[in-house]
Amino acid sequence: MTEAEVRQIVIDIIEDIAPDEDLDSINDEESLRDQLGLDSMDFLDIVMELRKQHKVEVPEEDYPKLATMQSTVDYLTPKLS
Amino acid sequence: MSRIVITGLGLTGPIGNDLATMRENLLAGKPNVQMMDMRYFGEAPAGICDFEVTRYQKRKDARRGTRAGSISIYCAQEAFADAGLKVSELDESRIGVFVGTTEHGNVETENEIANIKEFDYDCKYWTHHHNPRTVANSPAGEVCLNMGIHGPHCCVGAACAAGNYGLIYAAQQLMLNEVDIAIGGGVSESIHTFGIFAGFNSQNALARNDDPNKASRPFDKNRNGIVVAEGGALYVLERLEDAQKRGANIIAEIVGWGINTDATDFVLPNPERQAECMALALKRAGLAPDQIDLISTHATGTPEGDIREISAIKSVFGETPAPYINNSKSFWGHAMGAAGALELAGNIPSFKDGLIHPTINVDELDPECEAGGRIVINKPIEKEVNYILNNSFGMLGINAALIIKKFI
Repeated sequence: MTEAEVRQIVIDIIEDIAPDEDLDSINDEESLRDQLGLDSMDFLDIVMELRKQHKVEVPEEDYPKLATMQSTVDYLTPKLS
Repeated sequence: MSRIVITGLGLTGPIGNDLATMRENLLAGKPNVQMMDMRYFGEAPAGICDFEVTRYQKRKDARRGTRAGSISIYCAQEAFADAGLKVSELDESRIGVFVGTTEHGNVETENEIANIKEFDYDCKYWTHHHNPRTVANSPAGEVCLNMGIHGPHCCVGAACAAGNYGLIYAAQQLMLNEVDIAIGGGVSESIHTFGIFAGFNSQNALARNDDPNKASRPFDKNRNGIVVAEGGALYVLERLEDAQKRGANIIAEIVGWGINTDATDFVLPNPERQAECMALALKRAGLAPDQIDLISTHATGTPEGDIREISAIKSVFGETPAPYINNSKSFWGHAMGAAGALELAGNIPSFKDGLIHPTINVDELDPECEAGGRIVINKPIEKEVNYILNNSFGMLGINAALIIKKFI
C-alpha cells in the first residue's frame, strides 16, 4: 500500500470522527489534535477504526506516533503493507 | 414557599418540533405514527421525531453522544430561547438541568452488542464511548456540556411518570433555592431499543394495526396496546418573583403535584394509589375537584391500564360535574420518559385558545372507559381552561400527577 493510500485511509476514518472539520487543508506536519480539535477519545476512535476496518493494532505506547498526519502515515504504512 | 412558574418550553415530538405546529396538529386531529423496522424485532408502529439535530449540536458531538442527549439539547436550547434567556448573561452555576427518563443505556448497549456480533463477540471491539453514553445522568449532562451550564444536573429515572417527575424535581430544586433557573421535563429515545418493543410484545401489550396512524387508540374498545414513541419536552422554570423581576413571559404556574407508589405490582397499575396521587395534587394546590377543567390522561392504549385510570379519575372527581378528559398518545404513541411533559405541553395552549384537543382513534368508546361523557373524542371542544391536571404513571407503580394554572 502506498503512502498516499494510507493517508486516504486515515482521512476516511477522521472524516467519520470529525465530520465538521475541513480535512482538505490539513498540514501533514502539524499536530492533528491542534488542527482538528481532536481529544483522547477521538484518538481512541482512530485506533478502534484501524482495528475494525484494517485489523491493525496500535498499542498504547505507540499512540504518540499518531500525532501528525505524516507520523501516522509513516507508522501505519509498514503495518498496512 | 416560592410559587413556581413556567417561562419557557422546548419540545420535539412526532407531530411537531415546536409547540405551535404540535398544537395545530392536535386540533386538526392529525396523528403521525409510522411503521419502523427494528433490528431483530421486525416492523412495528412507532412515533418518530425529525427535528434538526445540527441546529444546536456539532455532528461530532451528536455522534459521540446519544439520541436522548440530542433530544435533550434540542429541547433545552429551544426552551431557553423561548424564555428569552442566554446562559452567557446568567450565573451558570445557578442553572440546573433535571431530565426525566424512563430508561437510559439500553439503546447504546444494544448497539454495541450488535457491533461486536460482527466480530464474533470479541470485546476488544466494544466502544470506549460506552460508559459516558450509558451513565444514568448522560442526557442531562450532555445538555450542560452543550450549553455551558455549571449547576446541578441529573436524570430522574421514573419509568413513564418521568416527564412529570422531571418537572416536579425541577420545581423542588427552585423551592430549595439550589438553583435560580431550572430546566426540567422528560425525554425518550426508546424507539431505538428493540428490547422495549420485544418486551411489550412478550407482555401482549404492543399495539398492532395495519394503519400505523390507527394503532394508538386509548379508550377505544378495540385498542390492543402501546405504540412506542421518541420525543422530549423541557421547560424553563423559575420562582415567580424572579420571573416577574426580569419581566419574563409567564406561560403557566405549577400549583400542585402528587407523587406516590403503588407497591402492589411490577406492571399493573393500582387505581387506588393513582386516585390518592391525584387527590394529593389537588390538596397541595388547594383546589376542589370541580375546579379542574381538563385532565390530560396517561392512558397508553392497553386494555387494563386505561380502565384503571378512568376508574381512579371517577373515584376522585365523581361523575358530574367533572373535568373534561383527553389523551395525546392517540396522536403519536407513548413517548415514555417524555410522555407527561410532552402531553402537558400540547395542552398548555388551551389557556389562550379556549379549546381542548381531542383524543382521536376512538371509533367505539369502551363502555368500561366511559366517564360521564367527559372524554373529548375525535373533535376539539370550546372550553375556558384555567387548571389542567396532567397524569403520568409508570412501571413499578410510580405515579406523578401535576397541576398547572393559567397565569393571569
